[in-house]
Amino acid sequence: MIEYALLFAFSCYGLALLMNIYRIIQSPGPGDRILALDTLVINAIALLALFGILEGTTVYFEASMIIAMTGFISTVSFTRFMLRGDIIE
Amino acid sequence: MMIEILVSACLVISGIFGLVGSFGLLKLPDPMMRLHAPTKATTLGVGGALVASMLYMHFINGNFSFHELMITLFLFLTAPVTGNFIAKTHLHLNHKASDLPPTSTDRPWATYESDAMREKIEAEEDASAT
Repeated sequence: MIEYALLFAFSCYGLALLMNIYRIIQSPGPGDRILALDTLVINAIALLALFGILEGTTVYFEASMIIAMTGFISTVSFTRFMLRGDIIE
Repeated sequence: MMIEILVSACLVISGIFGLVGSFGLLKLPDPMMRLHAPTKATTLGVGGALVASMLYMHFINGNFSFHELMITLFLFLTAPVTGNFIAKTHLHLNHKASDLPPTSTDRPWATYESDAMREKIEAEEDASAT
């Protein structure tokens, strides 16, 4: 039963990633592009967690922790750049 | 059997929430509405996936770890911060300070206050306090 649920979750997140990529390519403004990139990172973390369940290992949690940190820092620096034109003042 | 049902339910809920969060990003009409969909729903989606993984690792694989809780905690802490920053970016790119309603004090909205103006007002307040 877990296999079918995993398959369902994988396909959901795959579709979600495609939607995010579409939103990054065709977006009404730069703010939406930043938001779509942030969502892309969060969906990638969820995909890594699902892949960890599929493989039955815990080695992917360090990777997803680092991806979460990098995503947060990059989103904040993107928005700082949009607001101030400068990242570190 | 019970654990399998629980893990499968967590996985299905997580998948649905992830999909709805990203679909709301495409579907909702206003920038501020679009901000609402992913920052809330996707965080719950990732939370479901991580809870499912924690249950699976503990009960079926037999090794318990706290890493998933750390990721969930980190995402719960950072999601409001990124949401606030993106909302400020939307506000500054699409609206002027004159579009907003008055604050009914002599200071403007805090986001639109320039650094020089804030320093001047705070220096005046310090001077009047002493």
